[in-house]
Amino acid sequence: MTTEVLTPAASTAAVQKALSIDDVSVRLGGRTVLEHVSFSLTPGEFTGLIGSNGAGKTTLFRVILELQPTTSGSIHLGSGRRSKAAIGYVPQKFLLDPDMPLRGRDLIALGLDGQRLGVPLPSKTRRARVDEMVDAVDARDFADARVGRLSGGEQQRILIAHALISRPKLLLLDEPLANLDLRAAQDVVGLLSRIAAEQRIAVLISAHEMNPLLPVMDRIVYLAAGRAASGTVDEIVRSEVLSKLYGHHVDVLRVHGRVIVVAGTGHDEHAPEEQAPDEPADDGAPAVEIV
Amino acid sequence: MTSAIFEPGFFSSSSVQLAGAVGAIVAIVAGCVGVFTVIRGQSFAGEALGDIGAAGGSSAYLAGVAPLWGFMAVAVAAAGVMEMIGIQRTRGRDLATGIVLGAGFGLAALFLYLGTTYDNTTGATVTVLFGSVFALDTSVLPLVAVFGAVATGTILLLYRPLLLASVSPELASARRLPVRVIGGLYLLAMALAVALSAVTIGAILSTALLVGPAATALQLTRRPGRAIMTAGLIGVGAMWLGILLAYDSYYWPPLHHGWPVSFFVVTIVLLAYISSRAIPARGRQA
Repeated sequence: MTTEVLTPAASTAAVQKALSIDDVSVRLGGRTVLEHVSFSLTPGEFTGLIGSNGAGKTTLFRVILELQPTTSGSIHLGSGRRSKAAIGYVPQKFLLDPDMPLRGRDLIALGLDGQRLGVPLPSKTRRARVDEMVDAVDARDFADARVGRLSGGEQQRILIAHALISRPKLLLLDEPLANLDLRAAQDVVGLLSRIAAEQRIAVLISAHEMNPLLPVMDRIVYLAAGRAASGTVDEIVRSEVLSKLYGHHVDVLRVHGRVIVVAGTGHDEHAPEEQAPDEPADDGAPAVEIV
Repeated sequence: MTSAIFEPGFFSSSSVQLAGAVGAIVAIVAGCVGVFTVIRGQSFAGEALGDIGAAGGSSAYLAGVAPLWGFMAVAVAAAGVMEMIGIQRTRGRDLATGIVLGAGFGLAALFLYLGTTYDNTTGATVTVLFGSVFALDTSVLPLVAVFGAVATGTILLLYRPLLLASVSPELASARRLPVRVIGGLYLLAMALAVALSAVTIGAILSTALLVGPAATALQLTRRPGRAIMTAGLIGVGAMWLGILLAYDSYYWPPLHHGWPVSFFVVTIVLLAYISSRAIPARGRQA
């Protein structure tokens, strides 16, 4: 059921993939969470993993991180070998106690050597690497404050620096925009897009809302009810492709540069703005879905 | 002037010297372990380990061995049980702690009762529950040093993975760190720290030394390494000042019955914490 649409860039082949997911299925407690999912990520590209809650986004991340075994299929990292820092990861919910004795730069440094034993010794190279990452994510103004007292957007920047300091080729971000206001979300998206291009990192970012990512997304992996379609936004976000993915008719509307996906069942239609973005959609196909 | 503060014989008293040495070691261990106890939100688990340690301390008293062995054996066993019940899960944490706590108090009640009937005094009860750092035997010092070194060594060895796993288990497991093993080893170090704390200021008050200086340090510094050092310093300060005041209190009313050290230590720790909260946020390192 996977619709793999190759872009011209990807089909010129020989491009070393940062990640290849090949026909992966995951069953959890008798329920199929992911079904024959295939896609690949190219270094330097920004890919959006789009789907409503319950579509399988977090499970897919856990599969890539090898925290969740697959029922079938295979996963290959471009680097081949999995080291402790091969994948940069920014988890979905990150709530720290405001009194936690940890500065932003301490958390970034843990991204460099948090897996090592012993107490870190003062080191000029370590400090320089941390400073470099602080600059890369524009965190100079708040890197010395307690992480727990930073705003959501500031914490995201620190976490992105934490994930990137070990120089991974693949960066996964689980719903990083979920708790940010529009402005902070735009800033984070712009930052990620710049880093992906500059450092030749494959960025995979999950979201239930595709619109904030539209300006920067090179490719999209659209998840619905555990199945995936991937390609460029123009290739995937179309009525035929999404209807096939959902298994029933879906309309794709483009309004003022925004995309609205409407399941055309005819009943239970809300105005798009009335739909809570995080409203659970058990069947993976709500009557009206803003993505 | 000095003699008004340091009553005659304070520095030459061998029990003061021993209490000062044991107290300092225990305070440093508690500070090191305690910062992580507070960060990980396991203060209640620490309290439970101390309380159930009372069962060990009292049974050791009955058996005629040093209470430290009893505190140690039971706290470590209890840590194992708590780990099995599932202290890693947030909901499992309260459950595990509550079950262990209940069982510990039951056993402590039995052994303390037997101890009271056995030698017909309440000495064991007071010593086990509220501590008596002046009544320690010199043979306990090497034990305290060794167990203290094991607990502190564990924390320093695991420092970075433990910090990451305490800040965010998700970030740690994404880095392929064995979060559960780290948590289990931490729990063992905490059991040792609590047992050491229990011999000095008593089973029931042991968490005050574990959590109090650490919580105060968290207010005063925003760096994890400094928090550990600050907690250790506050702990040692509270311990030594407590010992001094307890020694001096021999001359306070009611005359010739010194006040318990544990009271002073716990009170100083509490005052330190309150003062650290009272410092305006601007003066504090935000």
